[in-house]
Amino acid sequence: MTLLNIVGLGLVVLLSVGGAATVERAEYDYYKYHPMSEISEWMVKIANDHRDVVTRVEYGKTYELRTISLLKIGLKTGAKKKGVWVDCGIHAREWIAPAFCQYFVRQILQTYKTDPKMNEMMKNMDFYITPVLNMDGYIHSWEGPTTRLWRKNMSPGPDGCNCTGTDLNRNFDANWGTIGISLDCCSNIFCGRKPASEPEAQAVTFFVGSRKDDILCFLTIHSHGQLLLIPYGHPNFTAPNYDELMSVGLAAAEAIKSVHGMNYTVGTSPAVLYANSGSSRDWAKLQGIPYTYTFELRDKGEYGFLLPENQIQPACEEAYSGALHIITYAHDKTFNGATTSAAATLVTALLAAAAVASNTLM
Amino acid sequence: MATEELNPNHYPAQRAAKVVQHYLNTRYGSPYKVFGLKKVYSGKVEDVTDIGVKYKLDLLVQEMIENTTVRCSAEVVFARGENSSQVQVSCEELLKINTTAQEEALYQQYKIQRNFLSAENLPDNYGHIEPDMKPLWHLGAVASSFVMLNESTENTLYNMARVANVTQLATENEQLKFDYHVLLHDMVSQEIIHWKLLVTWSPPEGVKVLEMKKLPHCHNCETLSDAS
Repeated sequence: MTLLNIVGLGLVVLLSVGGAATVERAEYDYYKYHPMSEISEWMVKIANDHRDVVTRVEYGKTYELRTISLLKIGLKTGAKKKGVWVDCGIHAREWIAPAFCQYFVRQILQTYKTDPKMNEMMKNMDFYITPVLNMDGYIHSWEGPTTRLWRKNMSPGPDGCNCTGTDLNRNFDANWGTIGISLDCCSNIFCGRKPASEPEAQAVTFFVGSRKDDILCFLTIHSHGQLLLIPYGHPNFTAPNYDELMSVGLAAAEAIKSVHGMNYTVGTSPAVLYANSGSSRDWAKLQGIPYTYTFELRDKGEYGFLLPENQIQPACEEAYSGALHIITYAHDKTFNGATTSAAATLVTALLAAAAVASNTLM
Repeated sequence: MATEELNPNHYPAQRAAKVVQHYLNTRYGSPYKVFGLKKVYSGKVEDVTDIGVKYKLDLLVQEMIENTTVRCSAEVVFARGENSSQVQVSCEELLKINTTAQEEALYQQYKIQRNFLSAENLPDNYGHIEPDMKPLWHLGAVASSFVMLNESTENTLYNMARVANVTQLATENEQLKFDYHVLLHDMVSQEIIHWKLLVTWSPPEGVKVLEMKKLPHCHNCETLSDAS
């Protein structure tokens, strides 16, 4: 072939590939489980497609040196904003959790332009969503049936230990190593060699820690059990706003139930499930973040961690309803209180002025 | 000894109620009848000297295939110093759940089939089970209930996570016989525990477990077939 022909063919191939790509670009399927590579690509695409409200932020590294990133979503007002934190995938096998985070992002992006409440919340707050925190563990759980039920991260055990992995949700600096943990590195609740020894826990600690005065709400998403858990995991400690956390949680559970009839139990971990220490939720509460919840999504043990894909949609819909309740409450308590009192003051002043004016006229 | 009222949604009542679920599955379960715990209405606990801890529960179980609910009252005794429990339960209208026709049909189908059945990973990684494999998954859950009943204490909450492998075996009698490798999940320790079960079933005899063997904890397992 002549050089021209080869180049020509090359051009044709490039054009047809480009054409095919445009034609083939399918909608992302939020009701299927996605491997890490697809989730990462999706994050890049979301940030690109919604540049006005979404920024992808890299905030740490996993043990295997993967970059941990989140999507920061909110209207860019230039002001210092309050925040809502949602993380998914601390435990590798809980695949419904990353699915929920992706669904959550899709929902708020789909509704903020037309739903005045969501618009207001996006104006006043930034949402920080981490679809998969334990990326190494998640990837490991995708390797095949024998790794599907992996829980921990992938850091090596301490010296002399044959087993891999620390339970990230026992590794945070919150009553670390005291209860509901194991010091046996082979255990699925091994809490690590010291508080926040794990790079994934460090990433959250640093990012949220440096913004703790502005974060209103910290939601950490897990499965399974159909529970909304409030701090603390240690039975001897009670959160200062325990009553409020319970009542908001119970209202969120009602919101969940109204979607598909599913019952979610609300309470502290030691009451409802088991005592534990070193959880991300407890750490967030200790930082002073007011509304911190662990969501344990579907189901109650029938399929357990292997929730069928045909349940992704209903599971996400109900969980979203619950999360939205908590987020809206946190937002309204922080923002509408001020607005209401300012408006009330104005109305009172106007009425007073009108009364004075009418007296003068009389 | 003093009897204490329990919060039905808290873990002590829930864990005891789970044991009732396991018991009902061992007594009444089949490839077409599997019970789950739906709700605990009320519970009481009593420490009984020399015997152990006794729970009295009022609960609702659900047959998971047809979604029929059944109200039961039960007593669960966790024996002191042993990993064992005794269960007594009475349920309203348990027998209203009639699965005879489906069980007969399945039994006949398996009996006349030339090739022995086998399957693995029920469900698969995506939670999927082929419809004609579901009875084997259900049978695995019922067989697992024998183990979960034996292994349950006040400090465990068991579910079957997955059937890793099931193979049909030859028999000289009316029973169908299966070799099961199941993965059990304990919520409290968060561990996955492997068990091998030798299981028989026929509609008149129900599900029986002839042998059960716990497999060693395989931590960085690459393949299940090495565990024996």
